Amino acid sequence: MSTVYEPSAAPAATARAFLEVRDLRIHFPTDDGLVRSVDGLDFTLERGQTLGIVGESGSGKSVTSLGILGLHHRKNSRMSGEIWLDGRELVGADPDDVRRLRGRAMAMIFQDPLSSMHPFYTIGAQIIEAYRIHNAVSKRVARKHAIDMLGRVGIPTPDKRVDDYPHQFSGGMRQRAMIAMALSCDPELLIADEPTTALDVTVQAQILDLLRDLQQEFNSAIIMITHDLGVVAELSDRIMVMYGGRSIEQGTVEELFHSPQHPYTWGLLGSMPRLDRDRTDRLMPVKGSPPSLINLPSGCAFHPRCPHAQGPGSPCTTVRPELVATAAHSGHRVACHLSPEQRLDIWENQIRPNL
Amino acid sequence: MGAVVMLVIVSMVTFGIFFQLPKLAGQTTDQLAASYVGKAPTAEAIADVKERLGLDDPLAVQYGRFVKGVFTGQDFSNGPSVEHCAAPCLGYSFRTNEPVLPTLLDRAPVTLSLAVGASLIWLVAGVSIGILSALRRGTVFDRMAMATALAGVSLPVYFTGLVSMAVFVYTFRLWPNGVAYSDFTENPGLWAWNLVLPWVTLAFLYAATYARLTRSQMLETLGEDYIRTARAKGLPERTVIGKHALRASLTPIVTIFGLDLGLLLGGAVLTEQTFSLPGLGSLSIHSILSGDLPMVMGVVLLATVFIVFASLIVDILYAVVDPRVRLG
Repeated sequence: MSTVYEPSAAPAATARAFLEVRDLRIHFPTDDGLVRSVDGLDFTLERGQTLGIVGESGSGKSVTSLGILGLHHRKNSRMSGEIWLDGRELVGADPDDVRRLRGRAMAMIFQDPLSSMHPFYTIGAQIIEAYRIHNAVSKRVARKHAIDMLGRVGIPTPDKRVDDYPHQFSGGMRQRAMIAMALSCDPELLIADEPTTALDVTVQAQILDLLRDLQQEFNSAIIMITHDLGVVAELSDRIMVMYGGRSIEQGTVEELFHSPQHPYTWGLLGSMPRLDRDRTDRLMPVKGSPPSLINLPSGCAFHPRCPHAQGPGSPCTTVRPELVATAAHSGHRVACHLSPEQRLDIWENQIRPNL
Repeated sequence: MGAVVMLVIVSMVTFGIFFQLPKLAGQTTDQLAASYVGKAPTAEAIADVKERLGLDDPLAVQYGRFVKGVFTGQDFSNGPSVEHCAAPCLGYSFRTNEPVLPTLLDRAPVTLSLAVGASLIWLVAGVSIGILSALRRGTVFDRMAMATALAGVSLPVYFTGLVSMAVFVYTFRLWPNGVAYSDFTENPGLWAWNLVLPWVTLAFLYAATYARLTRSQMLETLGEDYIRTARAKGLPERTVIGKHALRASLTPIVTIFGLDLGLLLGGAVLTEQTFSLPGLGSLSIHSILSGDLPMVMGVVLLATVFIVFASLIVDILYAVVDPRVRLG
């Protein structure tokens, strides 16, 4: 599925994945110092696959996705590294070329569909606009397409709703319209930034179902950004866990849920409430708060909160762990100084029995 | 409906202030009448004026007569002759004996010319400077524009007006004969040329406010999620700014513009006074200073009509601009 990333390897055009992010860094200079929102991120994604990115607020999930779309202001952000989309490099590309790819090759679904749609334009007008930038068609054809899209995402009587304004839609319908807009140009890469966070649970399930169906239909690659592990488990093929602007564990859903290797991933799994436990034991939160992105802790960024970190002077506090494969040729990679044996031992004997 | 109520209330209050307050302050109707007679008031003349103006009648009756005059016309006995003042009758000036309404209509075009020209200038200048400032926040242009805007807001018209007169009229002699109003219908070119200075002076004051308002609205809008969505769709930046951001930013500006224009149509007092333009503003100043009550009443009523209509139009426009305001 994904190849183990070797920094020294020369980039080979033939072996490139559909989406390949290499050593991506997105920094924001501020008055308080340099904010390292994303600091050396690597991942790949193939067509038809879904990558779930999980992590707490400020771990760099959204900044990464906006970076892929080229939506960071060049003036107040610094981006380096490589983003390869279908053989094209995006970080160094002309902003106008990236602009032309937006909406057509890559599209995004935002978290809050009410604030993400223009309140003064009808749903139809906004979809038509998205379609007509990339397709030279008449308004009438575009309108037909918009109605068609609204119908496909499950909006009843789309020919009437097309002329409604966003405030006349319910939350779930609005998110469907947002999805219709994002999919209007058949994007090959769809980034969904917490698409169900603002919705109630029953609607959540419908939207996830819809995304899965549409993915099968369009064969697009999806990046699903969320802090809800349930959503990730439901939809993803692979999962990337982010912490402090870096990827600390990557693997398939199976690997991440059944044999997670990083203490932070254990913490995330422990944070999922379980109804079959006593109320006091249901939640095991990760103690402490997310690190400051201006002053990341030395060594492993997670060490101040890590219950398994070795004391001062150990590699945990001095050396930043690299993301390495847990076994040869395995796609399961983890960035932790604990030895594989220690990790297996802690997981089997301390963590798993209590989850 | 609310608009009509507003008109009635304003007319009552104005009427009350001018015809009742002097009495409360201890002035007798004799003294009131005496001020309209002339230099040497005789008891006979005073009685005559009192009779003619009905100053001894209760206030409600006087007001009723005034309102009736507006709708059906009114007869004034002017000594031996009786003058009929036709339907929308606002009475006669105490000072000049001219009927009020024709005087107002005579003065209105001047104020209209001033207000319309100036408002176009400040709208275009203020809004475009505001947008540019927002897009180049923190640059030299932005700082300069906002400093100028602060000056514009702070400096009163009678200062900027006099300075511009001193510079352009008296030093550079661009208007060798001074700035005088000339009729639009006679010579549009001369009309515009003579109004340039008042327009720019008045527009400077408002453009400053509008530039600051547009800038802050624009900055707020540019931070909205739907602007990010517009960019994510792949729209070119000029469409994002010119269509999505501008549409949302301009809504509050439309509101303020309507009210400002309505207010100005009732008389740009300071500007007209500074440039000696014979508009409603200078008329109201002269009428107040000379205690010409019917004329003041007329000006106030006309100004109220403008403001009420302006806010009515703003309400309608608002619904056109913002679909969330519409019913249903």
